[in-house]
Amino acid sequence: MTGPQPIDEATTPRLPRHVKLRFDEARGAWVLLAPERVLMPDEIACDVLKRLDGKTQLGALIDALARDYEAPRDLVAGDVTELLRDLAGKGMVSL
Amino acid sequence: MTAPIPMGLLAELTHRCPLQCPYCSNPVELARPAGEIDTATWARVFREAAGLGVLQVHLSGGEPCARRDLPEIVAAAAAAGLYTNLITSAVTLDEARLATLVEAGLDHVQISFQDAEPAGADRIAHMPGAHAKKLAAARLVTKAGLALTVNAVVHRQNLDRLGAMIDLALELGAQRLEVAHVQYYGWALANRAALMPTRAQLDRATETVEEARRIHAGRLVIDYVVPDYYATRPKACMGGWGRQFLVVSPAGKVLPCHAAAGIAGLVFDDVREKSLREIWENGDAFQRFRGTAWMPEPCRGCAHKEEDWGGCRCQAFALTGDAAATDPACRLSPAHAAIGGLATAEASAAPPEFRYRRFERGAEAPAPAPAPAAAAPASSLSGIPAVSAPHERVDP
Ligand code: SF4
Ligand code: SF4
Repeated sequence: MTGPQPIDEATTPRLPRHVKLRFDEARGAWVLLAPERVLMPDEIACDVLKRLDGKTQLGALIDALARDYEAPRDLVAGDVTELLRDLAGKGMVSL
Repeated sequence: MTAPIPMGLLAELTHRCPLQCPYCSNPVELARPAGEIDTATWARVFREAAGLGVLQVHLSGGEPCARRDLPEIVAAAAAAGLYTNLITSAVTLDEARLATLVEAGLDHVQISFQDAEPAGADRIAHMPGAHAKKLAAARLVTKAGLALTVNAVVHRQNLDRLGAMIDLALELGAQRLEVAHVQYYGWALANRAALMPTRAQLDRATETVEEARRIHAGRLVIDYVVPDYYATRPKACMGGWGRQFLVVSPAGKVLPCHAAAGIAGLVFDDVREKSLREIWENGDAFQRFRGTAWMPEPCRGCAHKEEDWGGCRCQAFALTGDAAATDPACRLSPAHAAIGGLATAEASAAPPEFRYRRFERGAEAPAPAPAPAAAAPASSLSGIPAVSAPHERVDP
C-alpha cells in the first residue's frame, strides 16, 4: 500500500499501542507520546484523542463532538478529519 | 537562567557492546563495566527524572541488553511513568528476553542496521552474522506487537544502498525509520575520512528520503538527520543545551549531551552524590551553556539564536578548540568554509581503514585529520549517539 491512508466516516481511528496519551503533572498538560516525539494537543484535540477507544467509528465520533460542542456537523467533520489525517501522517493515530 | 522542564532522558546503561561500529557515539575512552551504576540507582534516577517532567527514557549504551538486569531497569522506568524506548543493536535479543521486556512494560524498540546487505553490514559492525541476527530480532519485535524503529546510520560506505535500507524497514514492518548521517564525535570523528560522504552522495540521499516520505506517508515515518559539514545552519543540538534533554552515563555522570564529556573544563555531577533535580537546575555543566547569555558574536546578535541555540557545543569545541564558539556548521562561523573544504577533501580521497570501536588501553585518543580553525586537542574526542540522535521535538 502506498500513499496516505484513506479516511471516511466508517473508519475507526485509534491510538496505536506505542502511542500514549497521558496527563503530565510537571507541565499541567496532556501529552501524546510516541517514539522520539512528544505532542501537546490543545484542549479540543485532546478531547478527540480521549474518545478514540478503538470501537467508535469516525461518523459517530463527529456526531458526538457536534452535539457536545453545539457546533455545525460539517465544520466538526472537516476539523476532526484533518486532525486525524495529520496525526496519522505522523504515525500517531491508526486509521 | 532558570531551568526549563526536560523532556527526555538518555540512559546509557553500559558501554559494553558485541559490535564495534566505527561511528559509535560512545567516547573513545569507554567506561569499564566495573564502574556501572546498579539497578536501584537507575530506578531512583527514573523516579527523579519523572519528577522533573521527563516523559521519555531512551535505554541505550553500548548495548543495553548486555545488562543482565535490563528487565528490572525497564520495569523501574515504566513504574516511574516514563515512555520506554530500547535502543539496541539487537544481536543478543531473543524471544525469551524480549518477552520479559514486554512484560516489564517496554513501549518501543529501535534497532540499528549497518547496511542493507549482510556482507557490508557485518563488516561495518565488525561482527560476522550480526545482520542476520538483527533481522531475526526485528521480526520478533513486530511479532510481539511492539512498534519498531529501524535506525540506519549512513555514510560514504553504505549510502549508495539507502533505497534498499528503506525497503528493509518497510519489509520488517517498522513504523519509523531514522536515517541518520554520521555525526562526527567520538569514534566517528576518529573515522571521519572513512565515513564522510561526497556532496553528491548527500544530495542523492536527501532526494531519496524526500521521495520515500511522499510515497510511504501514513505508513512509515522517516526522520532524517543531515550531516553538519555540508550544512549552512547548525542543528539545534539536543533542542538547546540543558533545555530538553539529559544523559546519564554508565558510571552515573549527568551530561547535557552524550558528547559533552569531550569538552575540556566541564565537570559533571554524579547521580550518586546529588539529586537529579539539583544537577539539572544548578549543575555547572548544565548552566554553562544554557540559554543565550553565554553567546559571543555572531550568535549574540543573531535572529536565530533561540531556534538553533548556536548549534552544537561539542562540535564547536572539537573543531575550533573553543566550546563557546559558534558551531562551524553555521555559515556565519569563521571556521565554516574550512570544514566544508575538509569534508570535500576527505570524501574525494580513498577511504582509510576503519578504526573499530573497542576498549583500548590508556586514554589516548586518535588524532583526527587536522581540524580547520584549530587542531582539536586529542582529549576533546567524545561521543554523540550515532545509534540514535535523540532529537526530541515538540510540535506545537
Ligand atoms: S554504534 Fe555499534 S558499537 Fe556503538 S553501541 Fe551501537 S551497536 Fe555498539
Ligand atoms: S550565528 Fe549562531 S545563532 Fe545565528 S544561525 Fe549561526 S549558529 Fe545560529
